Amino acid sequence: MGGTPLPEGIKLIDENGKRVDGRMPDELRPLRIEAGVLKRADGSAYLEWGQNKVMAAVYGPRECHPRHMQDPTRALVQCHYNMASFSVDDRKRPGPDRRSQEISKITSEALTNVVFTEYFPRTSIDVYVEVLQANAGTRCAGLTAASVALADAGIPMKDLVASCAAGKVADTMVLDLGKEEDNFGQADIPVGYIPRTGEIVLLQMDGDLTTDQFRTGLGMAVDACKRIYEVQRDALRRRYTIPAGGNEDADNPEVR
Amino acid sequence: MQRNDSRESAREIVVPGDLLADRSMKAGPGTYVENGNIYASLLGIKSIRSNTIGVVPLSGQYVPIRGDMVIGKIVDMGASNWLVDIKAPHPSPLHVNEVPWRVEFGETGRFMTVGDLVLLKVVGVDELGRVQISMKEHGLRKLAGGVVFDVAPAKVPRVIGRSGSMIQIMKNLTGCRIHVGQNGRIWIDGDLDNILRAVEAIKLIEKEAHSRGLTEKIKSLLDHSPSKGE
Repeated sequence: MGGTPLPEGIKLIDENGKRVDGRMPDELRPLRIEAGVLKRADGSAYLEWGQNKVMAAVYGPRECHPRHMQDPTRALVQCHYNMASFSVDDRKRPGPDRRSQEISKITSEALTNVVFTEYFPRTSIDVYVEVLQANAGTRCAGLTAASVALADAGIPMKDLVASCAAGKVADTMVLDLGKEEDNFGQADIPVGYIPRTGEIVLLQMDGDLTTDQFRTGLGMAVDACKRIYEVQRDALRRRYTIPAGGNEDADNPEVR
Repeated sequence: MQRNDSRESAREIVVPGDLLADRSMKAGPGTYVENGNIYASLLGIKSIRSNTIGVVPLSGQYVPIRGDMVIGKIVDMGASNWLVDIKAPHPSPLHVNEVPWRVEFGETGRFMTVGDLVLLKVVGVDELGRVQISMKEHGLRKLAGGVVFDVAPAKVPRVIGRSGSMIQIMKNLTGCRIHVGQNGRIWIDGDLDNILRAVEAIKLIEKEAHSRGLTEKIKSLLDHSPSKGE
């Protein structure tokens, strides 16, 4: 954060208060989610959020491996976050690293809060998050996609988890940081949120903020999560509504 | 299609966390109660039956319940038991006392070996998710010959139909012997053409499980594709 100086000629916030990519401070990047995209997975979701492209797949509940990790009282939600080597400009060295282990851990913990794990003792619910293209905010994108994939897999949950980041860029609080803002901005707060109960299941902070700035940022992220939640719900409903309508037509040959 | 519009609106798709009803109703399957309100816990179709509100799932793994008839596959053998995969999260042991034959210690392989298919009943599931299965009931047996394939467990009720109507139609029109396990495994035996017709019909049911008038569609599909034998 703030380590590298900002390249010449780039203004993170311009005279009109617009950001590098032309967004207003409280504007999200365009978000699109599709549920049920992988045939062999029990549940899946594909998400495009600005330049981010993320695929999430859910398998299980299935036998937990390694065996010593299984819990006789509940299921384990195990997330595996991975960035493809081609997901960033410089080739990312493939394989797990400190960062992806951390993101896997926080995603698992966020999702454990909503899944009824006690329904599936001794099992594991495996969530795979593959980042195909990264442009800042992939942990939020991954968590958002993963919770859609879990619902698609028919796993009982209290609610979906929506996730979004807020941050400080050029002394202004902004929502959903892009790559330049993330690299040259001053702070970043990813938030995972359960819209129905208002619980926060993921909260991290990178950089320095005053208490007031933090409160503003958190409020912005929570509001954004509510909007993202609607996109998630829509993706799940769409998965089944369209074919159902198509079938209704097929019932009656004249309409075709 | 105004005719269908009103019925279509009755099939409401709900998402986990959706508020279904307040405390005036009873919480059925696929729901949970918090602060007296009933919420959906699954992605599925809202269903109201008398005073109970529930969610009929559209996807999901097989969860064994006592009394389920399932089709299992032997995956391992012990001296006094077989390990059977019933598509539950864990393989279930089938003890020699639970089979209709008298099996001497160490002689399990003479009755059933790895890869064999068996028609079983779930006799019990404990709180740790351990499943007890049995073959000691009328009609339960080893399935020899035929073909077996899997459908999504959530679609099984549709394949069977209300009190077995759908499966009965398929049996009558194809002349095949069909067993549908609650775990989504289906076994069909008959002559090849008829098996293929039945498989085609079941694939159609699986694909269009949540559309109406499915029984009629299956009837006409099977009526219009007579087997070569006829």
